Amino acid sequence: MQIDFAAREVTVKLVYYGPALSGKTTNLMALHAAAGPEARGRLVTLETRDDRTLFFDLLPLTFRSPEGDCSLRIKLFTVPGQPIHVSTRKLVLQGADGVALIADSRLSETENNATSFFDLRENLKQNGADISKLPLVIQFNKRDLPDIRTDKELADIAARGKEPVFPAIARNGEGVVETLLGLLQLTWNTLDKSYDLSKRLGMNGPALLASAASQLNAGQPVDSLLAKSMGGSYSAITAGIAGAGRT
Amino acid sequence: MTTSAEVLDTSRLGMETPKLEELISPTLLKEFATSATRLFGVTVTIATDTGQLLAGSAPAALVKAPVKIGPPGEEQHNGERYVTGAVELEGKVLGKILLGPLDVPAQRVKSIADHLLVSLGLMLHAGLRALYASTMHLASIAESYKDLEAKNRDLEEANARLKELDHLKSAFLATVSHELRTPLTSIIGYSEMLAEGFGGPLSKDQLEFVQTIRQKGDQLLALIMSLLDLTKLESGTMTMRPIVMPIETVLGDAMSTAMPKAAKKGVTIKIARGTNSPTLKADPDRLRQVFVNLVDNAVKFTPSSGEVVLSARELDGATGDDSALVLLMPFNREIEVRVSDSGVGIPAHERTRIFDPFYQIDQSSTREQGGAGLGLSIVKRIVEAHGGRIRVESNEPKGTTFVVTLPTSERSRTPSGAFQR
Repeated sequence: MQIDFAAREVTVKLVYYGPALSGKTTNLMALHAAAGPEARGRLVTLETRDDRTLFFDLLPLTFRSPEGDCSLRIKLFTVPGQPIHVSTRKLVLQGADGVALIADSRLSETENNATSFFDLRENLKQNGADISKLPLVIQFNKRDLPDIRTDKELADIAARGKEPVFPAIARNGEGVVETLLGLLQLTWNTLDKSYDLSKRLGMNGPALLASAASQLNAGQPVDSLLAKSMGGSYSAITAGIAGAGRT
Repeated sequence: MTTSAEVLDTSRLGMETPKLEELISPTLLKEFATSATRLFGVTVTIATDTGQLLAGSAPAALVKAPVKIGPPGEEQHNGERYVTGAVELEGKVLGKILLGPLDVPAQRVKSIADHLLVSLGLMLHAGLRALYASTMHLASIAESYKDLEAKNRDLEEANARLKELDHLKSAFLATVSHELRTPLTSIIGYSEMLAEGFGGPLSKDQLEFVQTIRQKGDQLLALIMSLLDLTKLESGTMTMRPIVMPIETVLGDAMSTAMPKAAKKGVTIKIARGTNSPTLKADPDRLRQVFVNLVDNAVKFTPSSGEVVLSARELDGATGDDSALVLLMPFNREIEVRVSDSGVGIPAHERTRIFDPFYQIDQSSTREQGGAGLGLSIVKRIVEAHGGRIRVESNEPKGTTFVVTLPTSERSRTPSGAFQR
């Protein structure tokens, strides 16, 4: 996170993590499509010739308060999912304020999803961060494919976990804005608690999030977007984020 | 001592918008402004957001004036009109462009400014992408290097541990062998005395039993001596007493040692005479051990009425693919000794493993031939201790040939080919 007191601006780094081909870049592209011209920046993709992410994709989003006097800038990164890029993932994770783990709903990908989570935990550890202190949401993408865990199964498991879980079909843009707003809510609550942003910058969190929802053309209030998650909680994660680089 | 690569901090990458001149070099911006000036007939000035002039010639007061993101506007200075616009990336002002002084309606120039800003925006995006890619590339390499270094350190530690274990194994073998040999000497000595009748006359059965005890004791002693030899050779502590001698002496010795056994089995041993009789510098006892072992093996695996042939010749050193042969050939002179039999032969895939200690081709407990599998491993180590090599070839159409290559005494005199170990 970076704070610009003069411009009353907070820049937050969010990372979309997950196994290869789970739809991280697709999420970014869907968000890019959903965002209004005021909010969205140009999507930077650093990919190989066959469209696989090489280093990262980066979507900058800027959400201004309704009065236009302060802004929340989001830098949305994806990591390359292929196992070989482990050191790149570690680098992209440096200084992340929140992570969305994009999982593939297919039963056949169960192990890859778990592996990716362990990889995330290990890379955070090597960066000196602790996954239990990092805002994390989980998205189960590709809900339209056959041979997936049922919604009920997913909800049952999610209810027992601490992370909000979002179903999604990123290809059609379904669940994509919900996932981002969920992560943003959790990250804002956590950062606000640690750094007292509302007070020091006079920023109104709920108003900024509402502005984000409307600039992403969600067509619904933040609360109903967040209600689409299964399980988990949005209360601030205490003790902040150990080791994350910040100003 | 290796130095650790400094891993780049990428936590701020993408979080801060770089400066205009970091993404497009000032030289390129000048070219861009010059080309646009020529095309549109109006002077194009480009400056950073801090008011540093990068291209063009607009008045300093206008260059330094702040600019806002949005459609191009109009400004005046000393009665002259200029169109100005913000160069922007990701919602941040990186610089400004100024078109003027104008002698045409501002509206047309504003659309030119719009076009130039879009072009600059695209160039900046491309620059940003290149900056991210190169930074990540460097950081990834540094990170991988760091990982490799850690792995290398682990391997080095593992290697040191293995060496230590190997050393312990050798020390253990030496101690055990020594402790076994002492009581065994007594067993052999006393059974010898019994057999000689020092303890009084023995019955026929008693004599037979005592002789069996002695015979087996001898076998055990030979095995222990082999283990000691192997340990010394492996640890490099075997003492060698090299002298210059003709190879034929050693071969003759080996032949006469194996002769009784061969005669009993109906196997012929002969030495094929070469054209010359090369000399070499070696420890005669150790070299004798090598060829006695090889000939004994050959006899062991050759059926009745078979043949074991020993031959020696000097190689001129021109074989192989050494460069600078003219310089090296004098040092390459070698003696090649071949021990060929017409026995069962050794399958190609076993030919390197037979030199491993305790390795037996026939691993079954009911195998015909005895031995602990130490002979060839000792042979190989003695040959190597003399700076030589040993390999196995098949002896067509049937049997095995062991080829021992040793440096000649001439080569041993040269500094680089000095007698090794």
